[in-house]
Amino acid sequence: MSAPRGSASWFTAAADDELTIFQRSKPGRRAFVAPGLDVPERPLDELLPPALRRAEPPRLPEVSEPEINRHYNRLSKRNFDLDTGFYPLGSCTMKHNPKLHERVAALPGHAKLHPLQDPARAQGALEVMWRLQDALAEIAGLPHVSLQPSAGSHGELAGVLLTRAFHEDRGERRTKVLTPDTSHGTNPATVTMGGYDVVKVGTDQAGNVDLDDLRSKADEDVACLMLTNPSTVGLFETGIEEIARIVHGVGATLYYDGANLNAIMGICRPGDMGFDIVHFNLHKSFTQPHGGGGPGAGPIAVSERIEPFLPRPQVVRRESSENGSEPYFDLDFDRPKSIGRLRGFQGNYGVFVRSYAYIRSLGAAGLKEVSEVAVLNANYLLARLRAEGVLDHLPAAYERLCMHEFVLSGSPMKRDLKIKTLDLAKRLLDHGVHPPTVYFPLIVDEALLIEPTETETKETLDRFAEVVAEILREAREDPEIARNAPYTTPVRRLDEAAAARNPVLRQT
Amino acid sequence: MAEPSYPADLLYHAEHDWARVDGDEATFGITWYAQDSLGEVVFFEAPGVGTAITKDEPYAEIESVKAVSDVFAPLSGEIVAVNEALSDSPETVNEDPYGDGWLVRVKLSDPSETDQLMDASTYEATLQ
Amino acid sequence: MSRYTSATDADRSEMLRQIGVESIEELFREIPARLRLSSPLGVGEGLSEQEVYEELRTLAARNVSTEDEVSFLGAGMYDHYVPALVDSIILRSEFLTPYTPYQPEISQGGLQAMFEYQTAISELTGLPVSNASVYEGPSAVAAAGYVAKLANGRRRFIASRGVHPHSRETLATLAHGWDMAVEEAPLSGGTTDWPSIGDDVSAVIVQQPNFLGAVEQLEPIAEAAHRAGALVICACDPLPLAVLKPPGECGVDIAVGEGQTLGNRLDFGGPSFGFFAVTEALMRRVPGRIAGETQDADGRRGFVLTLQTREQHIRRERATSNICTAQALNALAGIVYLTWLGRQGIVELVELMIQRTAYARDRLEAIEGVTPLHDQPVVRELAVGIDAPVDRVIARCREEGINPGYALGQDYPEFEDGLLVALTERRTRADIDRLAEVLAAAIAAERSELAGARR
Repeated sequence: MSAPRGSASWFTAAADDELTIFQRSKPGRRAFVAPGLDVPERPLDELLPPALRRAEPPRLPEVSEPEINRHYNRLSKRNFDLDTGFYPLGSCTMKHNPKLHERVAALPGHAKLHPLQDPARAQGALEVMWRLQDALAEIAGLPHVSLQPSAGSHGELAGVLLTRAFHEDRGERRTKVLTPDTSHGTNPATVTMGGYDVVKVGTDQAGNVDLDDLRSKADEDVACLMLTNPSTVGLFETGIEEIARIVHGVGATLYYDGANLNAIMGICRPGDMGFDIVHFNLHKSFTQPHGGGGPGAGPIAVSERIEPFLPRPQVVRRESSENGSEPYFDLDFDRPKSIGRLRGFQGNYGVFVRSYAYIRSLGAAGLKEVSEVAVLNANYLLARLRAEGVLDHLPAAYERLCMHEFVLSGSPMKRDLKIKTLDLAKRLLDHGVHPPTVYFPLIVDEALLIEPTETETKETLDRFAEVVAEILREAREDPEIARNAPYTTPVRRLDEAAAARNPVLRQT
Repeated sequence: MAEPSYPADLLYHAEHDWARVDGDEATFGITWYAQDSLGEVVFFEAPGVGTAITKDEPYAEIESVKAVSDVFAPLSGEIVAVNEALSDSPETVNEDPYGDGWLVRVKLSDPSETDQLMDASTYEATLQ
Repeated sequence: MSRYTSATDADRSEMLRQIGVESIEELFREIPARLRLSSPLGVGEGLSEQEVYEELRTLAARNVSTEDEVSFLGAGMYDHYVPALVDSIILRSEFLTPYTPYQPEISQGGLQAMFEYQTAISELTGLPVSNASVYEGPSAVAAAGYVAKLANGRRRFIASRGVHPHSRETLATLAHGWDMAVEEAPLSGGTTDWPSIGDDVSAVIVQQPNFLGAVEQLEPIAEAAHRAGALVICACDPLPLAVLKPPGECGVDIAVGEGQTLGNRLDFGGPSFGFFAVTEALMRRVPGRIAGETQDADGRRGFVLTLQTREQHIRRERATSNICTAQALNALAGIVYLTWLGRQGIVELVELMIQRTAYARDRLEAIEGVTPLHDQPVVRELAVGIDAPVDRVIARCREEGINPGYALGQDYPEFEDGLLVALTERRTRADIDRLAEVLAAAIAAERSELAGARR
């Protein structure tokens, strides 16, 4: 079958583009040449006995700088990215990454600062961290923040360990943590890593936590309930205050997964809803570039009663130092009830610089506007999809106003048009759009989770709706097209089963 | 195997496992429905010969690209053989779930447990 | 309207009309009024790009970076020269801004880069299976502990005192949640003095080179651990592995470590990346993302995330870890840097550091008031004892523009006035000579002050 065109135009690969840098290696080629020896040379065998040494140098590539440059440049062109196109990945908040942030993060005073530098000589860095903590506390509505966790799931782990410390401090040992059946996979994985058993709580027809199910499962063996609000189906938990009452009523903590913070900044605050512990994903709402899978950061904000257990060290502001009378910033290690460290040094400082720059750029009004437009864009996109007839085949999973994202079900499409959510996603690639999140949340069959974010224009949203409608029309004519898509991308559908059966994980 | 099939000579467990009883031994595997839900199987590792397994309890995990699932023992007993061929060709479970895609062979500890299993038509009815 | 949104008044009215509501306010009607904020967040007003730049520049100026002083600080992160090529590649939109490669057809760039990175880590560690990165060094050690716990279900770890204090602490924090104990094997003469390994030990953890810079003997402890059925976890500094016998060849089961030294910035401690490599037997237990090779529908070579059933988004509570977002961009910097160093270059770099460290050792140990804390072979870091209050000696050196290293006493009370001195290719002979000069003067000054005070 001739390749049906989409509207995308992908980089046409050369025949040898699939060679790895190792395969381009030729003995003798090199980029780096070490500086000449400027100290008296001693025999290596004296300094490092042969028994401790490798027999052969490691087989790293031997290539020149122009080759490295061309190789990685050409590789990059086989990547879709946010700067290039629309990325409506639900639960990922793929919003514009401001270019200023790279400039400020690269300032040597930030980028070339050793983590063990004397705090007296790192006042700028400690102040960035302290002010970021302050801003995040304000956004969360909880007074105390730790910037240490390296990503959302790391922040979740911190939350679970803080919960454990909180209960142990009161002389209690609880064994269970509740998570909704709609939760992101990191939630149950984190619970197990934290040494607790996972108990699932059901979701009702309206997409809210099932309060009766929660009441039946909330007992004094429950340490914590982990929730996202809005939930992973993009809906506000209208019963949140009752949930907090139930959970606190049995002495458990209430944990907020901040993945969906983009919907509520400046509108309402998790601390006010009754949450004890909140984590932020700085690589979501706070524009840290995703980098193809990190880095990120997952700071946490906690209530007063959880504060004593925060990781060590904490960034604090002291009113005066030994040497002067000015307030100064410091690392506080004197935390007897702390859960300890979750990682080395202070956390992903480079990410803090970028997030801090973002918050300073937007200010209160700007942050509120983020959430207003994020929710506006999501509801508008839903309305456009409805107007284009898309919802006839991909109905919204919940008949409510959505927040910053919404879930569609591809079940009717599968039945009537004979293409699955996966096929729709692959055909979208031919149109130069990154597909939404697929097959998550698990409680919706053939799910499609769509989050446009606030940085997209109305025109982009209109076009996306048109493209989806076109794919459905095409499927009605000939479902085979989508089933074998994509056609125009650098590679076509890949055999993931073979990769999992016989893993080849390195160039040999 | 493209079409659903539930051979009449087998006994079935609610967790989508089958048993072929042969005197005081039985062979176990997963049903057409189970392999269809999993998708293409990529990995299966049975516990070793000699392991005791208990009816209604998981005794192994089976993996596809997109899912991991427990495999439940339809009957209790001691493992006497495992299907070694699945290490190289786990997809046999999809192609022939009741024949070459068998998982383990067990010496039964309580043959009367078979009374608690379903026949093909009863099991098939539960899938509606 | 901020500079990052585009919804004009006209856009908004049109959009609201199509949604079927009167105002944006109405879109939030499901949020109980009690919870609605009635005043703006206390985060100040938005600033222009220029103003934000000025503020961050002013804050940067209050930090003494490695451009402002000659620094011998190490202890896990090192001041290397990172070539401009690394920045130019990782700042490309196509590497900087995409999400995790869940749609492999349009992510071959990132996936192939991961595959190349995995290959390089396998080569350095001598272990066949590497993942595509974890957060950083100390949490990688804890993640390795989790793999051991899941693998054998035993209740105890034994960690060498030579393992980085942050790694030991992080492991202890997590082990508490698993009801597991972390016991310490002491140092003696600079290397680990292992107790006998009982059959209730899940894993032993060693660092190579250790925190005092000493090269450890890995084979004996690996044998002892395996006889007891325990796993062997080695936290390594990756550059020395260009010259040292790879952990995989010494019987190590899991090699992890801090990757900052490979092409990444100091950034006051992060972001960097952690590497994680294991034996074939542990392949299905590795945490985090892994890229694997396969073919597409037309038979073309391609790469995908594989073994995803280990991960949280499929296995959920039975996952090998909860990690989702890791450090892909930093790992990319790592592979570009390793490629830039190349097979010959990396050996030359490490041998240069070995020679300069030996020279520094000779110069420093010749100073009155400086004694070696051990005489084990070292690669790029050495530990000495100072016969004077080390904090005051360090302060004096700082005044001369030299940061002489890390005061060991805060983590090792038994080395109360110990100093850990790190070398990289940026520290020339002239820098080392100056360090020796300044350190000698500082120690002499402190000792004469003490003597004066005693009179």
